[in-house]
Amino acid sequence: MKYVDEFREKKLIMNLADQIKRSATGEYTFMEVCGGHTAAIHRFGIPSLLPPGIKLISGPGCPVCVTAVDYIDRLIALSFTRGVAVATFGDLMRVPGTVSSLSEARAGGADIRVVLSAYEALEIAWSHHDLNVVFPAIGFETTAPGTAVTVLKAASEGTENFFVLNAHKVMPPAMEEIIRGGTHIDGFICPGHVSVITGSSAFEFIPRNYSLACVITGFEPTDILSAILMLIRQISDNNPRVEIQYNRAVTPAGNVKAQEFMNEVFEPCDAEWRGLGVINSGGLTLREKFVNFDAGASFNIEVPHHEPDPVCICGEILRGVSRPDECVLFATACMPVHPVGACMVSDEGACNAFFKYHVHE
Amino acid sequence: MSEKISLSHGGGGRQTHDLIQGVFTKRFGMKDPMTDSAILTVPSAMIAFTTDSYVIDPIFFPGGNIGKLAICGTVNDLAVSGADPKYIAAAFIIEEGFGTSDLEKIASSMADEAEAAGVKIVTGDTKVVEKGQCDRLFITTTGVGILREEYAHISSANRVRSGDRLIINGSSGNHAVTILAARRNLTFDVPLISDCAALNHMIRKVLDNNDGVHFMRDLTRGGLAAVLNELAAMTGRGITVEEDSVPVDEPVRGLCEILGFDPLAMANEGKVIVVAAPGEADKILNIMRSCPEGKDSSIIGIVTEERPGRVVLNSSTGGTRFLDMPSGIQLPRIC
Amino acid sequence: MCLSVPARIVSVDGEMADVSVGGAIFRAGLQMVENVRVGDYVLLHAGFAIEKLNEEDALETLRLLKEMDDAMTE
Repeated sequence: MKYVDEFREKKLIMNLADQIKRSATGEYTFMEVCGGHTAAIHRFGIPSLLPPGIKLISGPGCPVCVTAVDYIDRLIALSFTRGVAVATFGDLMRVPGTVSSLSEARAGGADIRVVLSAYEALEIAWSHHDLNVVFPAIGFETTAPGTAVTVLKAASEGTENFFVLNAHKVMPPAMEEIIRGGTHIDGFICPGHVSVITGSSAFEFIPRNYSLACVITGFEPTDILSAILMLIRQISDNNPRVEIQYNRAVTPAGNVKAQEFMNEVFEPCDAEWRGLGVINSGGLTLREKFVNFDAGASFNIEVPHHEPDPVCICGEILRGVSRPDECVLFATACMPVHPVGACMVSDEGACNAFFKYHVHE
Repeated sequence: MSEKISLSHGGGGRQTHDLIQGVFTKRFGMKDPMTDSAILTVPSAMIAFTTDSYVIDPIFFPGGNIGKLAICGTVNDLAVSGADPKYIAAAFIIEEGFGTSDLEKIASSMADEAEAAGVKIVTGDTKVVEKGQCDRLFITTTGVGILREEYAHISSANRVRSGDRLIINGSSGNHAVTILAARRNLTFDVPLISDCAALNHMIRKVLDNNDGVHFMRDLTRGGLAAVLNELAAMTGRGITVEEDSVPVDEPVRGLCEILGFDPLAMANEGKVIVVAAPGEADKILNIMRSCPEGKDSSIIGIVTEERPGRVVLNSSTGGTRFLDMPSGIQLPRIC
Repeated sequence: MCLSVPARIVSVDGEMADVSVGGAIFRAGLQMVENVRVGDYVLLHAGFAIEKLNEEDALETLRLLKEMDDAMTE
């Protein structure tokens, strides 16, 4: 069992596609909330296997895409602060701020390094006592526990030159915001790796309060197709609930240990989501006890507030209201090499995936 | 020779002379290195002419070094144009403090690689710059090859027709992944090495034995994805690729999975795509497989009339999608 | 979001492990997972093992898929 190839077997995929065709009796709109699902759906050519009545729309589950412009501006300002090195996930490098991206800031002389984990950023702090290392903490429940473990490690080692510019967000409130916003959705393909941490219980409010179908699924083609089939069946049985297709990794309670780390270091807060505005309890903030690691509190960085480009419809795309090719900037002013909106930056962004794998001729 | 290269080695005086004699000319077998130009006799024919700069970090990597890369890269640029690589010029920009023994190692592997490929390094230049003005060592190589008229079409792609088959000579992405791993101190359970290799002997064998080659290009930066998109744009035809048929080594796939890279967009330094007439593709495949640089060759796709200018990938899982031109550089990501 | 891939534990050193993804070796923090042993598969995300993969459940998922496939081909 390698947990990959077994779930990519063509015969099983074709069979699932066939079952979906037989079971689908009408029009369905399913939102894949998670950007990882968006990327997998396009990479494996899933839309080409579905009957025309099934529409998949992308949700707000790409952390880069929902990161506010002001956050990028603050990060860039920090990167030009004397003695500061920014150690970031590669994802953030090309996200446009108001005037530039981290990538351009690096070309302009800022000390910006790409790391593969929060822990690697901490190790840079340990090996460079003369530097104040700032780690931009982006991501959802999947990523926040790793930041928490790293902050706890920094605290226990008495590290004084490691800081977090925190923008961690949590998923369920954003999903509720989208439902309330009136986007037409028949069911959710729930985020698989967020659910590994939170458990399926975090999504129970969706069928309970809004009678919408939910399936938590993995990232292989058989996973995604199984989820679509399960959603169709929930709808035809008129029995909306949260089903776990991804049971090799997800349980109802989730990873309790990871939740404990997260709760020890962070507490819920209201947070600005690009395109969605401020969402109640939509983010995480460092607890008072860890304020010494908060880059926002430790460095005096003020940046003027800027509204994103008014022509860019990233917000509508993140809410599933518009498709990428309905934006006038799409594939003209806004391309992966020079993105205007964040949805074009990340490989998980709806516009990027649409641009790369879809019709833009 | 002193242990480290210093600015005086670039001053044009005795030390420069010693450096050139001691490190380069002896190894490269140059007869009269101190003339301003190499004087060459070429048969009256077309020539192919190419240049490239090498700035790779790290300078030494599993499977090669910057010098081997420079020779192979230039030989391959000539060979895929259908030319017989003959002569190479090599220019070195050296940061002061660079180890002389490292420079000697690099010069030796350039000499070895040139000899194996049957090319001569006939002229060159050496500059030494202050610390910080370049990153240790940059090499520029320029090459000349003799091109027979019957192969003039190969670089132009003007004989490419729908139905032509696409052949790759082995697995995609090994060079880029080797370099990335070396930079990040990542390891592999079975060591991965760069595919850096000169392909001119294999290509010569194909061309000498078959006239069905319609196009060739080496798969360097941007990898297979970039070259196929270039070909689709040049010919105004569509290209369909079977993902299953493209060889990708397991560790390359693994590293790409976790960092979020596409193995088909990763750089190679010893890979070529050969576009062959449909009836000749199997014969060409067999010739390629009989060569060490092509033992894992595979037919990966076909030129079509559908979707002009686009590359369509039939994914190994049964779905279909576009394989787009890679944009920007790939950065490791978490999402 | 949240690129996570199955990785096999190659060696364990306290809170850290070397894990293999198709032969490419990465370091992974084990703080969030319990009782992992060499040979186990975990989900690796941004340098941390976020969960141990459950082989029984994986096999069950595949069994159901194959059953469905067999039912169709009969």
